[in-house]
Amino acid sequence: MSVMLQMNGIQAINAAMVEAMEADPKVLVLGEDIADPQGGGVTGTMKGLSTRFGEHRVRTTPISEQAIIGAAIGAALGGYKPVAEIMLMNFTTVAMDMIFNHAAKLRFMSGGQSQVPITIRTLTGAGWQTAGQHCDHLEGWFAHAAGIKVIAASSPADMKGLMLSCIQDPDPCLFIETGMTLFSPGEVPADQGPIPLGKAKVAVSGSDITIVTWAAQTIRCMMALQALGEAGISAEIVDLRTISPWDKETVLASAAKTGRVMIAHEAVRDFGPGAEIAATIHEELFGQLKKPVKRLGAPKCAVPFAKVLEDAYLVQPDDIVAAAKALMG
Amino acid sequence: MAEQSNAPKPDAQALLDIFRRMVRIERNDDAIRTAMRRGRITAPYYSGRGQEVIPATISHFLNDDDQICTIYRGIHDMVAKGIPLRPLWAEISGKVDGTCKGKGGPMHLTHPETGVMVTTGIVGSSMPIANGLGWAAKLDGSKRVVVAYFGDGASNIGAFHEALNLASLWKLPVLFVCQNNGFGEHTRYEIATSVDKISTRAVSYNMPGFTVNGNDPDDMYAHVHAAVARARAGEGPTLLECKTFRFLGHLIGDDDFYMDKAEKEAAMAKDPLPRLRARLIAEGHASEADLDKLIADIEAEIADAQEYGANSPTPSRDELRRDVFAEEMPA
Ligand SMILES: Cc1ncc(C[n+]2csc(CCOP(=O)(O)OP(=O)(O)O)c2C)c(N)n1
Repeated sequence: MSVMLQMNGIQAINAAMVEAMEADPKVLVLGEDIADPQGGGVTGTMKGLSTRFGEHRVRTTPISEQAIIGAAIGAALGGYKPVAEIMLMNFTTVAMDMIFNHAAKLRFMSGGQSQVPITIRTLTGAGWQTAGQHCDHLEGWFAHAAGIKVIAASSPADMKGLMLSCIQDPDPCLFIETGMTLFSPGEVPADQGPIPLGKAKVAVSGSDITIVTWAAQTIRCMMALQALGEAGISAEIVDLRTISPWDKETVLASAAKTGRVMIAHEAVRDFGPGAEIAATIHEELFGQLKKPVKRLGAPKCAVPFAKVLEDAYLVQPDDIVAAAKALMG
Repeated sequence: MAEQSNAPKPDAQALLDIFRRMVRIERNDDAIRTAMRRGRITAPYYSGRGQEVIPATISHFLNDDDQICTIYRGIHDMVAKGIPLRPLWAEISGKVDGTCKGKGGPMHLTHPETGVMVTTGIVGSSMPIANGLGWAAKLDGSKRVVVAYFGDGASNIGAFHEALNLASLWKLPVLFVCQNNGFGEHTRYEIATSVDKISTRAVSYNMPGFTVNGNDPDDMYAHVHAAVARARAGEGPTLLECKTFRFLGHLIGDDDFYMDKAEKEAAMAKDPLPRLRARLIAEGHASEADLDKLIADIEAEIADAQEYGANSPTPSRDELRRDVFAEEMPA
């Protein structure tokens, strides 16, 4: 049994960075406010790295998202493994050309001559009243693209393990952090090593209904467990962890077992990642399902500011319980 | 322009090297257009005809391990850098022996072995990535330099401004080489660009910037010499605006309706390639026979490459699942 350490997501990611940078001098960090004199990034997740590894390896950049991702891509082509922070997920939109047209496609377009082993860390998530342009969940945009892996861990141990894997992965990875997951404490084995990308985790085992979820929504699903139990519903929670390429095997096995599936995500429901997962389940398991797959996601509007509206925008534990009861009925 | 009277001048050997690179570009361009006309190649093709002096002179100063990031109009840049012609032809023919296994095509042709790192179809995007390669060169402690090629139109896109600012701040060994051919697609320079000279934009980023006659090997030679020396010495980037003219429109098939016929004719009458040939002979650096031989050898190399491309097999459908990630995608 390895020793368990108590830490939050920020500390877990920081621990992964320190380990990765010690082990491999090719690992670099860049982003706005990233070095220690500027605070170690917007959530302080990169704190201590520039002091420890030097500002040649850990560089604060201008507010130039295209230049940040471009520099990461070029350094990767030059043999390095850069970890770039895009302060907030909405700001990836101004670097979309670099991410989508270049980082994600250079391996294919070059017929395998080139690879772009970059990790892009970015923060998002509603619940802090940051409204329309600072908290969208855009994982579906990136999951739609070929050539980039999309990761969204919900526990500190997974954050550490998945971050270690992203850094060493030969392909570009988008690592999504949320306020809720970063600040939630949890246990991390002292020797927590890399966790394979593309593998979901059955966070809670159950027999009546499968709930597929990820990121902060996993925590909201956990919050529904007690009420589900009181209603006599045994829920299996599958934390997808990697959105693309996603773990069909684990999801389909759980869906086949329970016959009732709900997909809950913070992203807008329409055309969201849940649609792809639901369609696959219907294609693969049509005859074995007891009910059509249910999708829960945000309504198709900008993230609202007013607290009552923001609460209504998010998929809350109560919504999950209500949807589960409907699936059981 | 070459304001320095003591500016370095190309000697006979340098002029011959620049000429040889120009001939390879021009003969190769001609062969591609002929093959397209005959229906042997189907591809979007953006000719660099008329712009040969720029990459020919720059490549004269580049080592094998120096790198370039170029654009859709970039085959002239790669040929000047020394990309092998056989896999180039196989690539533009969409064949497995292409540098990119036929998966990139002329707009995304790369060959890292000869330093052709990125070819982008997105206006302006060569520059931010060149910075990263420059950063890597610096971290390696090497003297490598990186050239980012782009057009005049690209100096109006955000990536240009973000990239120049970062390169200057980080003193990156990058040459920003704008091939100002007077047009962005069908739009004339002055309709799209707020400054008379793009080189003046360097001032905003605290880096040297020069407007150079991109069709004049002497002017190019002096400025590239200085810019490469500055980059290798770790002193940082330079912006070179190289004035030239696009002889064959935006892409093959362009009917020139938006161009001033007299202006175009005048520019084409000053074709830099025959001018350099005449000069080599006039200055006694080569004989007609020497140059004819040089051209014939290049034509033979191109004919061989074309044949190689034509005979190479087409890629299998399995290629759709390969190179998406390092690991092959499931069927
Ligand atoms: C971001 C982007 N916008 C528009 C285009 C379409 N386009 C391709 S080439 C071009 C003109 C670019 O002109 P310039 O930068 O002067 O280069 P040139 O083609 O003259 O070499 C345009 C608008 C594009 N490829 N990328």
